[in-house]
Amino acid sequence: MNRAVRHESFLAWRNFRHLKWACVLSILSVGLYLGFDFPAGHNGGTWLGYTLGTIGALLIVWLMWFGIRKRRYGPGNWSLKGWLSAHVYLGLSLVIVGTLHTGFQLGWNIHSLAYILMLIVIASGAIGLLVYVRVPQLMTENRRSQSLDEMARAIVEIDGEAAKAALQLSDEFAELVRMSQNGTHIGGSFRRIITARDSGCGTARAIARAREISRNLPPVEAQKASELARILGGKLEIVQRARRDLRLKALLDLWLYIHVPVTIALVITLIAHIIAVYFYWG
Amino acid sequence: MAERFEVAILGSGPAGLSAAARAAERGLSHVVLERHDIYAQTIQRYQKGKYVMATPDNLPLRSDIGFEAGTREEILGVWGEQAERLGINLRCNANAETVEGSKGGFRITLRGGEMVEAAHVVMAIGDQGELRKVGVPGDDLPCVQYQLDDPEAFAGETIVVIGGGDSAIENAVALARQNRVYIAYRRAEWARAKSGNITAVEKAAQGDSLDILFSTSPERIEPGRIILRTPEGSREIAIDRVIARLGGIPPRGFLERCGIRFPADRNARIPELSVTYETNVEGLYVIGAPAGAPVIKQCMNQGYEVIETISGHPVEPADQPILAEKLAGLPGRPSVDEALVLIRDQLPLFDELTTLQLREFLLDSDTHLLFRGEPVTRTGGRAGTILLIGDGIVQLDLTDKSGATQTVTRTTGDFIGDVGFTSGQRRTSNVRAATDCVLIEMARRSVIKLLASSARARSIFERTIIIRQLQDSLSGDLSEADLQPLIDTAEVRRFTAGDLLIREGTTDDQNIYFIRSGSVTISSSADGRETVFGVEPAGSIVGEMALLYNRPRTADVTASVDTEALLIDGAAFKPFLDARPDLRVKIDQAVHDRVLRGVAYQQDPWRGAVADFLVEQGIGEATNALLIDESLCVRCDNCEIACAETHDGIARLDREAGPTFRQLHVPISCRHCENPHCMADCPPNALHRDEKGEVWIDKTCIGCGNCSENCPYGVIRMAVPAPKKPGLLQWLLFGRGSGPGEDKLAGKAKKAGAGGGDLPKKAMKCDLCRGTRGGPACVRACPTGAAIRISPNDYFRSMTEMPS
Ligand SMILES: Cc1cc2nc3c(=O)[nH]c(=O)nc-3n(C[C@H](O)[C@H](O)[C@H](O)COP(=O)(O)OP(=O)(O)OC[C@H]3O[C@@H](n4cnc5c(N)ncnc54)[C@H](O)[C@@H]3O)c2cc1C
Ligand code: HEM
Ligand code: SF4
Ligand code: SF4
Repeated sequence: MNRAVRHESFLAWRNFRHLKWACVLSILSVGLYLGFDFPAGHNGGTWLGYTLGTIGALLIVWLMWFGIRKRRYGPGNWSLKGWLSAHVYLGLSLVIVGTLHTGFQLGWNIHSLAYILMLIVIASGAIGLLVYVRVPQLMTENRRSQSLDEMARAIVEIDGEAAKAALQLSDEFAELVRMSQNGTHIGGSFRRIITARDSGCGTARAIARAREISRNLPPVEAQKASELARILGGKLEIVQRARRDLRLKALLDLWLYIHVPVTIALVITLIAHIIAVYFYWG
Repeated sequence: MAERFEVAILGSGPAGLSAAARAAERGLSHVVLERHDIYAQTIQRYQKGKYVMATPDNLPLRSDIGFEAGTREEILGVWGEQAERLGINLRCNANAETVEGSKGGFRITLRGGEMVEAAHVVMAIGDQGELRKVGVPGDDLPCVQYQLDDPEAFAGETIVVIGGGDSAIENAVALARQNRVYIAYRRAEWARAKSGNITAVEKAAQGDSLDILFSTSPERIEPGRIILRTPEGSREIAIDRVIARLGGIPPRGFLERCGIRFPADRNARIPELSVTYETNVEGLYVIGAPAGAPVIKQCMNQGYEVIETISGHPVEPADQPILAEKLAGLPGRPSVDEALVLIRDQLPLFDELTTLQLREFLLDSDTHLLFRGEPVTRTGGRAGTILLIGDGIVQLDLTDKSGATQTVTRTTGDFIGDVGFTSGQRRTSNVRAATDCVLIEMARRSVIKLLASSARARSIFERTIIIRQLQDSLSGDLSEADLQPLIDTAEVRRFTAGDLLIREGTTDDQNIYFIRSGSVTISSSADGRETVFGVEPAGSIVGEMALLYNRPRTADVTASVDTEALLIDGAAFKPFLDARPDLRVKIDQAVHDRVLRGVAYQQDPWRGAVADFLVEQGIGEATNALLIDESLCVRCDNCEIACAETHDGIARLDREAGPTFRQLHVPISCRHCENPHCMADCPPNALHRDEKGEVWIDKTCIGCGNCSENCPYGVIRMAVPAPKKPGLLQWLLFGRGSGPGEDKLAGKAKKAGAGGGDLPKKAMKCDLCRGTRGGPACVRACPTGAAIRISPNDYFRSMTEMPS
């Protein structure tokens, strides 16, 4: 079947081409590592260490280039999904190349710092990958074909309905509707976004309070009050979905706030690491 | 006693004003009668601050009043001032209702009964027509209005909106934000409005400030109340205001009442005119929009020319040199007038055109002279035009989907190109002149105009299209003579979305349909619920099973979008096929393939549901649509950013908007329709459709907004192009300009700043990154593979092959 008319994930790009290359690179590295013995044991200073180190450093530079590639929209037969495919698989193989480069000789020095930073970048990348694989689907399901804008509009509409329902009840209920209207926040602080919760949510409090009051009301009134609670319940459902939407969107972005800054730290230490090595040598 | 003038000019638009200015300069006694209370009503009604373009660039302006590109206010200012300085005799609130008499003694009756007499009459009434009135007692009360410029201007009123078109709905929805609104429509359901508007009004009707009254028409309007006729009987509503949006009455009726003859065709909009714009009534002239002039500059030139003619100073039309240049390539170097005669003699297609129409047609076209053996290359950017062979023989190669190529010849009077305006099933390549040739390259819009104004041209075209379609669907080896028995029974049928072509289980007829444009859904409701077997695109044949296997219809066939099909009588098709065993084999094979596809759909109802969803979104009429798999989409909006970055800083797609089914999302983005609605009515002919199907807008766009209104999918934005940005590294390193993507702040700053409104708004839409190496940037820039652009036909086909 024609590839062009089918959705194909970046992970499966061109029949997992880059996964295959990453495997080749990893197996080759492990093979060389096991196949050769050095008098002083494995470390970055042997010819194999230098080779793996050079490959690793080049890989890092190339992986960083992805940030630029992503923002170059000029003509050409490139496909960002091919690039991401390569980024992910070759990035993962860097764990092996990098680790074998160290020869498991770690200590409290700049060299090990570079290694640790590299692992953090890769780990954050791996987390990002999991997020990318899982979250989009959750987002669609959560949206129920409603955009955030539409949710906001629906909320405004329900507010109107609630205000009308409250007209037939005592002032106390009108106060509750106002509480829901003014005290319901979507988003806000980082904690609120990432937990998708708001302990002081006006709507939730209003619903709870409406139930409480209505218990002591005569049946006809209670009926009307529970109708109001039902309307507010509908609002809460949308509000919760909107919050979850923001949370999921945040998850999609959050890991990049580790991935990218640590990448920059990594480059700086990497340069220091390389300069240090040459000083030792010379 | 009626006043008497040498010339009376009806209408004070660009055409009328320019004519009046010339008359004033020539010292001719004249009057300009304007229906409204101010000159140039059409221009006055442009939106505030609109930047008016002065196309075409190569046409010189010939008028005593000035006109160059600028804002609506500037232009109206100049005209007003110059009209006064030249001493133009403008009479406003003078609605001409009839024109009678003959040259030397015309009598014009104005609404209200007043009379004006003139020796010559120039009709410069534009093509906007008069707004349709409600037509019941009280329809001209002050509380009844026929236009709405600013819905925000009203609040807290009760308003009845009458009408069911887009403007009625848009007004009603906008008014309902601050008012109590009823929208009364005489039909039982929405029939004429865009789907976006229908959704909007139905949504608004769920609130309590808007009510939809179907099957309702006004009975009478009185101050403060309206009486409506509803299915349940009379209903009275207390109102502050009635807004009726019933469209315009085209000016043809008025012109005909004045004795002006039109071509036989019912739909023709342009009367029979001489080269000097004179009608069949001597001394009575028609200029401007109703004479076919699409833009202001042409209208003004005609105004000048017509007065020169009347005052006995005949001039060559301003576009004569342009036409001469276009025709310069003709063998024997004939003069323009000789060339026109030659072309008409040679080509029956133009038989019914007046010389004026032929001139305009050729102005919109290009002629090419080719020597034997020379390849025919379309001139830059004009692909998608149609080539008419004026003289000679042309050879071309046709390649069908399987890649098989066949060489055919075309001769004088024949066409090359997308004649059916449908996405051709076979692609034309390698076109070359077999003898010395004259080719006329015609723009799509001019061809549409030609077909609209000449029945003869239409029948010639239609026959060619039928032959081509049958050759495409059956076999390119069939000659015209072979096909004659089929052509004799062929009938073109048009279906609107939802119409049934074939009903399951029936045996009434054995007609076969060759789908020409649009697409059809094949489904069955035999077991009580509807099962979709598939969607068949343009180029398919449906309905042949009943004939081939002699049995009742096995499925319902419904038009999924507006569809055009060629109907062939089974009784003619059967013997035709019996005589051609190898063709029969081919058709059997196609039937077999389709049955298999149907089985795949049936085994997995999800496929049918997805197909149904896509068809509902109008994907059936698309040639190339953007589809996002939301389970892959990480909402990074890199697709939008890439689009903005490749297109003047304005994204032509809205990733988030648009419907979603399961994980399949149809964003707001051009689908490059088979028969683009947007192309229907573009004054400067700025919209084009390339051979591969890309629909794009060139830089001559005047920003009138017609295309944006006409697109049912809301994908054309009217916007000001953003300023050029510095390079990526400059932004990264020095913070210059704005980052990638749309410059949202810049737009705001512009509005607030002093230069607001200076730059013209233009229509912007996806052009499929036409001419950009690598294809659509949105797809290339999507990091996860969520965004793809597909041809729906291939997509529907591939759905049957996908593992579920
Ligand atoms: C939204 C929009 C944007 C456009 N933008 C551009 C642009 O940027 N550049 C460009 O070149 N063209 C543009 N056009 C096209 C341009 O407006 C027309 O080509 C032009 O106005 C036609 O001029 P006209 O004189 O033939 O008719 P009109 O301008 O329509 O004038 C006709 C006049 O006659 C009056 N009238 C009609 N009937 C009667 C009657 N019975 N008695 C008395 N008076 C009567 C009318 O009230 C009106 O004032 C645009 C059109 C639209 C709709
Ligand atoms: C040392 C190794 C790595 C470096 C230096 C690196 C660097 C980068 C950079 C600079 C970006 C661009 C971010 C942006 O501008 O938006 C990026 C994006 C990304 N990286 Fe890495 N990366 C590394 C390893 C990995 C690994 C191992 C994975 C996955 C397992 C990974 C997954 C991703 C993903 C999913 C993106 C986001 C793509 C997008 O949304 O555009 N990275 N990386
Ligand atoms: S702009 Fe609209 S009408 Fe025109 S081709 Fe695109 S989707 Fe179709
Ligand atoms: S570029 Fe791809 S992943 Fe990003 S928003 Fe667009 S479709 Fe979704």
